[in-house]
Amino acid sequence: MTTTTPMGHGRMLRKEDRRFVRGRGRYVDDLQLPGMLHLAVLRSPVAHARIVSIDTLAAEAHPKVKAVVTGAMLAERGLAWMPTLSGDRQAVLATDKVRFQGQEVAFVVAEDRYSARDALELIDVEYDLLEPVVDVRRALDPDAALIRDDVPGKTDNHCFDWETGDAAAAEAVFARAEVVVRQELVFPRVHPAPMETCGAVADYDRIEEKLTLWSTTQAPHAHRTLLSMFAGIPEHRIRVVSPDIGGGFGNKVPVYPGYVHAIVGSIMTGRPVKWTEDRTENLVASGFARDYVMQGEIAATREGRILAVRSHVLADHGAFNGTAAPRKFPGGFFGVFTGSYDIEAAYCSMTAVHTNKAPGGVAYACSFRIAEAVYLVERLVDMLAAELDRDPVSLRMQNFIRPDQFPYTSRTGWVYDSGDYPRAMELALQIAGYDELRAEQAERRARGAGEPLMGIGVSFFTEAVGAGPRKDMDMLGLGMADGCELRVHPTGSAVVRISVQTQGQGHETTFAQLIAEELGLHPDDVDVVHGDTDSTPYGLGTYGSRSTPVSGAAAVLAARRVRDKAQLIAAGMLEVAPDDLEWSTAQGGGRFDVRGVPGSGVTIQEVAMRAHGAGDLPDGVEGGLDAQISYNPDNLTYPFGAYICVVDIDPGTAVVTVRRFIAVDDCGTRINEMIVEGQIHGGLTDGIGMALMEFIGFDEHGNCLGGSLMDYLIPTALEVPDWETGTTVTPAPDHPIGAKGVGESATVGSPPAVVNAVIDALAPYGVRHADMPLTPSRVWEAMQGRAAPPF
Amino acid sequence: MQVPAPVEYARAISVEHAIGLLGRLGEEARLIAGGHSLLPMMKLRLANPEYLVDINDLHAELGYIEVGPTEVRLGAMTRHRELLESDPLAAVCPIFRDAERVIADPPVRNRGTLGGALCQADPSEDLSSVCTALDASCVIQGADGVRVVPMDDFHRGPYETAVGHAEILTEVRIPIRPGGSSAYAKVDRRAGDWAVVAAGAALWLDEHATIADARVGLAAVGPHTTHLPEVSRALRGREPSEAAWELAGGIAASACRPVTDSRGSADYKRHLAGELTRRTLRTAWERARERGGASWR
Repeated sequence: MTTTTPMGHGRMLRKEDRRFVRGRGRYVDDLQLPGMLHLAVLRSPVAHARIVSIDTLAAEAHPKVKAVVTGAMLAERGLAWMPTLSGDRQAVLATDKVRFQGQEVAFVVAEDRYSARDALELIDVEYDLLEPVVDVRRALDPDAALIRDDVPGKTDNHCFDWETGDAAAAEAVFARAEVVVRQELVFPRVHPAPMETCGAVADYDRIEEKLTLWSTTQAPHAHRTLLSMFAGIPEHRIRVVSPDIGGGFGNKVPVYPGYVHAIVGSIMTGRPVKWTEDRTENLVASGFARDYVMQGEIAATREGRILAVRSHVLADHGAFNGTAAPRKFPGGFFGVFTGSYDIEAAYCSMTAVHTNKAPGGVAYACSFRIAEAVYLVERLVDMLAAELDRDPVSLRMQNFIRPDQFPYTSRTGWVYDSGDYPRAMELALQIAGYDELRAEQAERRARGAGEPLMGIGVSFFTEAVGAGPRKDMDMLGLGMADGCELRVHPTGSAVVRISVQTQGQGHETTFAQLIAEELGLHPDDVDVVHGDTDSTPYGLGTYGSRSTPVSGAAAVLAARRVRDKAQLIAAGMLEVAPDDLEWSTAQGGGRFDVRGVPGSGVTIQEVAMRAHGAGDLPDGVEGGLDAQISYNPDNLTYPFGAYICVVDIDPGTAVVTVRRFIAVDDCGTRINEMIVEGQIHGGLTDGIGMALMEFIGFDEHGNCLGGSLMDYLIPTALEVPDWETGTTVTPAPDHPIGAKGVGESATVGSPPAVVNAVIDALAPYGVRHADMPLTPSRVWEAMQGRAAPPF
Repeated sequence: MQVPAPVEYARAISVEHAIGLLGRLGEEARLIAGGHSLLPMMKLRLANPEYLVDINDLHAELGYIEVGPTEVRLGAMTRHRELLESDPLAAVCPIFRDAERVIADPPVRNRGTLGGALCQADPSEDLSSVCTALDASCVIQGADGVRVVPMDDFHRGPYETAVGHAEILTEVRIPIRPGGSSAYAKVDRRAGDWAVVAAGAALWLDEHATIADARVGLAAVGPHTTHLPEVSRALRGREPSEAAWELAGGIAASACRPVTDSRGSADYKRHLAGELTRRTLRTAWERARERGGASWR
């Protein structure tokens, strides 16, 4: 059953907030175990160098130091390199060379974290400096230094090539197109910067030969499998626990060397070992996002009919390809760069390269590179509107995939499940008062000098989330399924165990609501267990907005399986055929009644007691009221939205102020509207951050210039307006309740809206494009006609 | 968590005690007031003092705002928040309230001090340009007594001041001249960030409503706070007008020495130096005119 109205108990307050608002959340760094030791990591101060020697004697002599470990020591145990999620390998500790500033070179285990940190100062590393590869555009130059000489036969910094769409068909369309607009678009390197940095506590029990790892992971089951394969510890002897997580945004999908250090440290010392990254380590060395240089082209008729979109992407993957993406999608889901438009042809080629920068490449709420794809197409459509002197809204309306075209197969092979784009766009226009805004803009421009430069930016996005169908998607051979295990207790309360891990998304509430809705229980009577591989079913975890599309579907189907069984038991209790029963949840309580005779039947609680009781059960029905599901989605879900941003720019200082932001989101059926809106608010804030201030830059030596929150700026309440949100509901046809993922929608959809607004404001200066982040300086340079990309 | 290197710690109970501790502990001792500059540097191990002498207990002795008829005296331990909230100070030197509203965030302002800000001498620091614009003097106390140093001599270079070893800045003195007012403006990339460029201006009108004197101090466009005596020379005796502000802005833009960094290009900063000089002089003049009454219109 799908519905266009929110679920019961829709806006209920979050169950997990009972502990969070009291400061009683329990994070990895809160964990204190008897005899626990502390680990600190020595990192490379330079971007590219050969390691000549490492002298650890003075550190070992520190009275509180228990172990000092180098790459050479790990190499003896075969642990110096580990696999990444994308089939590359990454140094656990550098053995031969350091390949980015901040790379792990050695670690110290000591009695307290102060001594561990102090002992790092006592390790003496001699480096033989090599030329760093910093500029992604020079990485494949014949004279560029070779970064990955650890890979046999490797002679250049090439990482991979990938393409999608039909090059010949696109070329044919571009050749005859009346209008073609081209632009280089840089989506600079940014960082997820979760409030909680990464960390782990490893506790290896030498007697039981069992490892318990508490870690900041968005995917505890996948991490357990990887660790088992890599470290050779049988998987049933590893327990990964992901306790409360202070924000993930993709940053906590990869397995980081620090987790492995903690494990090795615990095995070596026989004691629990804690590693907690500091802020600089998190910003400099953990998974970044974006870093695409995109050559975009859009072809259209003079009447504004969009015919084709084409792009070539130069992707910077850093020293190791640490991207977390389904195996067949090295460029993530960038293939949806055709956007929300019905076009004739599309083609994208991508070249990924290595540079002397931190590895990673997908993190940060981008739905596997859809943030980049949406930015590309939404900037191009705006530039086309400017070229044709068309209103950017009417141009989009003209080219939208029509509601009657769904399911719609895009020119790059994606099957968009459902949508009503004009309806969402019109609602956004209505909330914004779009015509009045354009009138105000015209009036201000007519008044001229001294007026703030007013800009109105529009973006429309379609996402593809909920990875993913077994036939297309896996990570390191693991299918992207998720499990759910549901038990209803004799008194009718329930526990649901799920394989996805919340990092702030409110799973403990929404999953309780899903089960409660299906079983006619109160959400407070449903306990949600997650994050512990010993007590939850297998699944690939929370990222790519997949919890509700995949695990949420598993939960609903598990509840329906329980309800089917309950119906058999109820039929036995009432001595009628199961088909004669009618299920209802009036007044919030689930019950089976004899069809047409309200009040004649039994409640779900009575059925639960019978299922566990001494009374007879129908033939062939086992006791208990449980179900277990592993859910493989048939398709992704395709949430969409229409965003409008209004900015004012001070013409004297070029400072951009976001005056208003209107966000209409359609994520299908909403479970808890408050939680959905919270995720949208957060994503919009992310988007303003990326558009206006966030940037991980490097100097010519490869030094990271974003190593603190004084240098890497993230927006505060003072930089964002009061969000104006709106809702349309187009259910997902392949999801049991019609829900689509929403966690990343606003992060994906908002950057182009902000950039389009700024460029719109600068139209009187003849500005066609300027790259993010649109700091006052870059906006001013654009006004002078010389904005440079952020390299 | 970022962890500083091991450090010894002592709390001073009086100015004399603090000076005595500094003298005894030697060059590796540092005073700590609000700590919002020093502690982050220690956590990043950019600063590794062996001893910290905590002077927060001196707030009772050195935390004061005294507005007299010819002079304002500000104790060096006066917190940013106290400077922000003082109505008597805002009445004679509105530049302080302008600046304090855009310095960092409330937790920092609750703790950070005037003396700490000036002694840190960060080239982007706000209160140094405020004090430069106001022609302030700094009272420095050591074992041998007290000396008074004008702001122009207080800064020796980035992170370097006239305060010597075993000395402590105790007070900032601001002369009050008739017919004056002041203003501050800052461009930052985000609330609470250091300035891309900031400008403070003070301006005094004579009885004929012409400019008796004007001073401008710029932050973040040189190795330390930039005082522009050329602006003062150009504006003295001139009628207040857009042309005057333009002239001053042009001087500021050409006299400063910005460098390109992640906050902005040198060209943009030069532009801002001019723009913010114009804006702050204009605001200071408007305020002075309001205070002076209708006769100056």
